[in-house]
This record gives sequence, structure tokens and C-alpha cells, in this order.
Amino acid sequence: MPVGVPHVRDRDNGQMQPATPILELTGATVRFGADAVIDGVGLRLFPGEVHSLMGENGAGKSTVIKAITGVYQLDAGRLELDGEVVRFASPHDAQRAGIGTVYQEIDLLPNVSVAENISLGREPRAFGGIDWKRMRREAHDILLELGVDIDPASLLGTHSVAVQQLVAIARAISADVKVLVLDEPTSSLDLDEVAELFRVIRELTARGVAVLFVSHFLDQVYELCDRLTVLRDGKFVGEYLTQELLRIDLVEAMLGRSAAALTAPRPAPESTPEGTADPAVVVRDVSVGRRLRNASVDLVAGEVLGVAGLLGSGRSELARAIGGIDRPENGFVRIAGTDVSGGGPRAAMALGVFYSSEDRRREGIIGDLSVLENITLALQADRGILRRIPSARRRELAASWVEALDIRPPDLDRPAGTLSGGNQQKVLLARLLALSPQVLLLDEPTRGIDVGAKVEIQNLVVEMAANGLSVMFISAELEEVVRVAHRVAVLRDGVVVDVLPAENLTMDALLALVAQPGGDDV
Amino acid sequence: MTTDMQTRPTAPGAERGIVARYNTFMSRRSSLMPTLAAVAILIILLVAAQVRFDRFLSPGNLSALLLDNAYLVVLAVGMTFVILTGGIDLSVGSVMAFTGILSASLLSQQLPAIIVIPVMLLGGAAIGLMIGVLVQYFNVQPFIASLAGLFLARGLAFVVSLSSIRVEDPAVLWLQRTRFAFGGWYITPTGLIALAVVAIAFYVLHWTRFGRTVYAIGGSEQSARLMGLKVARTKILVYVISGVCGGVAGLLLTAYSGAGYPRNGIGTELDAIAAVVIGGTLLAGGTGYVLGSLVGVLVYGTIKKLISFMGAEQSWTQIIIGFLLLVFIVVQRVIVTRSQRRT
Repeated sequence: MPVGVPHVRDRDNGQMQPATPILELTGATVRFGADAVIDGVGLRLFPGEVHSLMGENGAGKSTVIKAITGVYQLDAGRLELDGEVVRFASPHDAQRAGIGTVYQEIDLLPNVSVAENISLGREPRAFGGIDWKRMRREAHDILLELGVDIDPASLLGTHSVAVQQLVAIARAISADVKVLVLDEPTSSLDLDEVAELFRVIRELTARGVAVLFVSHFLDQVYELCDRLTVLRDGKFVGEYLTQELLRIDLVEAMLGRSAAALTAPRPAPESTPEGTADPAVVVRDVSVGRRLRNASVDLVAGEVLGVAGLLGSGRSELARAIGGIDRPENGFVRIAGTDVSGGGPRAAMALGVFYSSEDRRREGIIGDLSVLENITLALQADRGILRRIPSARRRELAASWVEALDIRPPDLDRPAGTLSGGNQQKVLLARLLALSPQVLLLDEPTRGIDVGAKVEIQNLVVEMAANGLSVMFISAELEEVVRVAHRVAVLRDGVVVDVLPAENLTMDALLALVAQPGGDDV
Repeated sequence: MTTDMQTRPTAPGAERGIVARYNTFMSRRSSLMPTLAAVAILIILLVAAQVRFDRFLSPGNLSALLLDNAYLVVLAVGMTFVILTGGIDLSVGSVMAFTGILSASLLSQQLPAIIVIPVMLLGGAAIGLMIGVLVQYFNVQPFIASLAGLFLARGLAFVVSLSSIRVEDPAVLWLQRTRFAFGGWYITPTGLIALAVVAIAFYVLHWTRFGRTVYAIGGSEQSARLMGLKVARTKILVYVISGVCGGVAGLLLTAYSGAGYPRNGIGTELDAIAAVVIGGTLLAGGTGYVLGSLVGVLVYGTIKKLISFMGAEQSWTQIIIGFLLLVFIVVQRVIVTRSQRRT
């Protein structure tokens, strides 16, 4: 029996009956090439409910949304709308069938009027042309319904992001909408604006619209949503009633307890290095936008500092601020005694601090280049184009890293894109290690790679620290963080809530810290 | 709604102070500013010319302004469609030459104009279609795809004839020689055709879904697609429209010069782009007006005429146009940066 099915009173006999879902996704699978991005995912939306789709980065939330809204087509499984199996060839089809969507990045046109943004594609016509007056009147009416009083003839780009967000919702509901999909609608809104948005959402559900609400703000999910569906690694984890699911259990469902990580040999970290040593990196009161606020941490030589936190907690921002990629708005980052805040990545790299992105494919590996080139790329760039590394020397160097990190297959001339995820990650590590770094900032180095490779990467990280490097290790998997790190910094809603020694740190205690409600960023 | 979210006064019934009106105008029509600047420049040029040369603002002279530049008006209209989507079409000058020489050749073989003219338009449309398909389905940069179109059309023009061919067809010559006069003013059928093309383009861009889709693609192609608009069809169609405009311009130029010549219109595509940009259309796409492009052509024509009145070298036209372009692109850059800061 699936949980939390809303009941409605049957008109004929007055009995309570389970409601039928307005939208039901069953066994949904979407593949890109050989990789299944989502695999057998189910999702049910009932009229009048707010349903949340939960999951970490790469869990497949966006793919599920795109499968519902006609951007992607299902490779397996089916989508039912109002009891009928449907296949949408395009977003246009989905809109016509009554599925309105507001995408994460506001998908509107800043260069045309608010009214056009609402009605483009189904604008009213008269005398063989667009009826501008009626279009503006209708736009004005629907905006007033949402409590927005703006000139519908004004250009969208002249309004604040919050107003644009509401215009996007106005567009989505201006068609006869049965299902409204909101992908991270609150990420750029302030508190009042969020409250306003919630009021609008509740009004819509009172009218019988089913709302799919995707947000990484747990507080918002708990405030607004009736039920939620959790995904992990592209797979369905469960469907829950929000009020029956403890926050800590939700976080556990999202992050998972990977059995393999628990059985693998523990890469015994050294005991915490002497606290008296001068820290390699000192971060004090660093803020980056709203996503990282007044963060302070130290990183000691020979230490692995684990960073635990949910998606959007500021864990990547912290690493990026240290690596000089994001410019801190206040506070400072000091590396080996030198203040590098505002110096950009070059200043950090000059002191041996390197950031490895969580997005390996987009910001790391160059798939068409060979393993050899991928490994020696940064080293050559560091030396400058005039001091070319002799090719024999490059080959020798790359071969030694391939051997040291056990990159398989050990073929230097193979395009790096054809390697498995784990081996690509090792190539990236080799590239950074070739630069003789002092500090490595590894953002989700084990994401999307298989269990065996994960353990190897973990062992490598521990070994690097044993050789005197400082490593910041960010991972969505809490077990992994605890196992690899000497100390664990916990982030929540952009704030470093605690830094604890990893020894004797229990999963439950860590989960509680990561999930605990509070913080002023609702 | 909280008060701070009312960033603009409500249109109907809001107080009508000058400030409020200005705000309303800026929130609705800030994109008109570059076009208004072009109008101002045109007026300044005309007034200055009149002060310097007494007879500059004569009806005959102003009528000739439209007549001399009718082909450029038509090219600029087609170019406006393409640039509004964020693309560019370098082929139009060559398309004009190709369709012109083709028509002169066909007419010299005693084919009637009623057949030749549709053939010209189809020829332009075919080259436009090729460019559009390359851009849309083969993901070729518009610059490169239309450069291919440029070489193709120019080559085809030389295939038709290596030298100029006189046109004797009465119907085509009628387009140029007929003058509908009102006092000192006059207009030829070629001028009427150019104005009709502008009017049709204005209607299409502002009152049809296709036209609004053109603007939408220029604003954000991805968004336009997610909004369910027909992006692929529209993107191909703008190049077809530009090609057809190239064909019409070929007709007008043939009538104007009384001959087809395969070396016509070398560099004219750049004049058309300059006119469009001076007329206030952003090269990035999404913002601009076809009437602005008409103004842009008139600015171009006025400068050219002014230079010849002054008896100076025509190269000064290019220097001044180049300078104006530079100023306008900087102004556009400032506008775009400002609007980005606001959001």
C-alpha cells in the first residue's frame, strides 16, 4: 500500500475513496547513451497537493521534471495524465495538456513585455493580428490574482527577479493548468517574497491544482509540502507523507548509507595533527552572496578536512572561495600566511592551492584529449608556453602517475573521455598532483563513480594527507566524509555550524547536525 | 503583495505626472531610445545640410533620397528580421546581384516580367533557405553559413554573365520611370515597393505570432523553445525572408540602373547591417524596430548625398558611417549593460 494517498468523499455513496492521481509516472527511465540518468522512477501527484521531489545533486530531479514536461522522452516506463497514457513530443505538447512549468533559471524573455511573456504562444487575436489590448488586460487580471500589480506593457527585464518569478508562474497558470511544476522557485527570493509565493501556491492547490515543488531548502519543504518523493542516484527511494517523515530520516534517505562504503577497508587516517602547527589555510568570516555567510575554518598541513552538508548548504562555495574562484565579499582567506582574498584563482594556485570541480565532465576532464595530455595539461600551463616540457619527459611523468594512481587501462594515448568515471577522477587527481600542490580542494571527487573506485579515491586522499598535503574533502555521502577526514566541518544554509573531530563521530550525530532545522534562511 | 514589489506604477489610472510618464515610457519602450537617437541624428543632418546648402531640403531632393536607396531599404528590412533573432546574413548583396543579373539575362531572352520576377524572388528564397537550414539543422554559425551564401550567389551571378546586360523590358523600366508627383514631390513604383515592404514587415513583426517569435528567439532561444514556440521554423524563415528581400532588392536595383551587373552590391550587405544597427537594432538580437532600419537607411543616404553636395570624396561617407556605427554600438553596449545591472 503506497503511503499517504489523499482520500476524497465519493459523490454517490458518501464513502471516503482514495483519490486518483492526476499525474502518475511509472518505471520511468531516461538514458543518455548507455548511462541511465533516471532508472525506474515513480512519481504520483494528486489534485490539490503540494508534492516535493527530493534528492541530492545528480539524483535525477531535473531529469524527472524534464520527462514530465516533454523536454526529454522516456526510454522506458510510462506517464499518465488524468488516467490516460501520454507521450509529449515537446514542451508545447505538455503545456497544452495542462502541465505548467517554471524552470530553475527563469525561462522568460527580458526583452519583451510582461504581457507577452505570459501569453506568447497562445496570444489573443483579432483582425488577423495579435489583440494587444486584450492581451494586456488578461495579463493584468491574472497578475492581480497573484497579487502582483505591475504594468503589463512594461518590459520584463525592468522588474526584480522576484516579480519575474511570479510572472513565470502567471504564465504557467494562465493556461488551464492541472499540474504546476516549480523547480527551485525560491532560490533567488527573500523571506517576504517566499511567503508571498507560498500564499499563491496554496491558493492554486485550493483550486485543485497539483504542485510539484522542488527545493533544497528543507524548511520550505516541510512548511509547504504534503508528500514527498525521494530520489538517489537516479533511482526511486520512497514516497512519504511529509508530516510522518522525520527530517533526519529524510536526509538519510537522500544521502543514503552506502553498504559498500561500510564494508570496504577503512583507510585509517592518522590521528589529528598537532593543533599547534601553523594552519596552511585560514578562512575568517568569509561570505559569498547568500550562499556562504561568515564562514571560518582552518586547514592544517597533513590533514583531511571533511565538509558535510546538503546541496546548497554552501559546501562548494567554501572550497571555491578558498581556491579564489568566488570572490569573498567580506572576511579573508589566508594561505601560508599570505592574504589571497580577491586575488583570483591565480593567486591561490601560485601558493599551491588547487580546486577540483564537482562537475568533472564540464569543468575538468577534456574528453577528446588523451590521458597523457590531460595529466600534463596544467603542468605545462603552469610553466608557460615557452618552456615546453620535452615530450619524453611528459610521457615519463604521465606514466609514473598512471602507475601510482593505478589508472586503468594504463594507456597514455587513450582519449580520457572513454575512461570510466573513477579513472577520469584519478586522471584529474594526477593532473593536480603533478603540480606539487600544498592544498587540494576536492569537491565531490567520488560522485557518480562505482564503489570500488570510490574506495581507491578515498585511500588516495588519506595517503596524500599522510605525505603532508592538506586536503579539503567535500562529499554528499556522510559516511565517506567521516571515514576519510580527520575533522569534519558541517555546513547548513551557508553557515559553518560546527567543526568536529571525525574520530568517534557517529552518523546519527552528524545527520542531526546536517538536518537540524533553524538558520534564518527559510 | 508587499509594496517593494511594485516596481512600476500601474498603467491604467496611475497618476500622470511627468516623472510617472517618463517611468512608464522607460519601462515599456526603453528599447526605442537608440531608434529615437537615429531619428534625432537624421533631423540634425537634414537641418545642418539645409543651413549649409540652401536647396538641400527641396522636395525633389528628398524624394530622390528614397528613390536612390530603395534597394537598400528592402535589404535592411530583411536584415532586421535576421538580426532580431541574433543572426546575421552576409549574403544579401550577392543575392541582389545574382537575382539582378539573372533577371536581366532572362528578360533579354524575351521571357515576360511576370515570370521573371517570381523567379528572382524564388532564387533569393532558395539561397535564404539554404542558409537557414545550415544554421538551424547543421548548427553552422550564421556568419559562416551566410558567407557560404555570399560566395555561392556571387559565383552564380558570374555564371549567368560576366558583363553587364541591359534591360529593355517595359514593365521593369516602368517601375523606375513612372513618377507619381504631388507638387515638387514624387515617388516611383520602386519607392512604393520599398515602403510596402517596410509596412508589411512592421505588421508581421508586431502583430503576428511569427513576428513575436522572432523577438523571443533574440531574447533567449532556449526560453522561446521552452515556451513552446516554433523556433526551428522561425529561424529558417527569417533567412528565407532575407533572401526574398535580396530578390526584391535585385529587382529594384535592376530597374534603377536599367541593367543587370554581376559586380553589383559588393559590400552592400555591410551597408544594410550598418543601417540596421544605426536604426537601433541590437546586434545581439531581441531588440529593435524595422522602422528604425528605414531611418538608418535614410541617415546613410543623407550622409552620402551631403558628401556629394560638398563635392568631397565619397570615401568620407564610409568614414562617417564607420564613426556613427562605432558610436551606436558603444551606446547599445551601455544600454545592454545597464539593463543587465537592473535585473
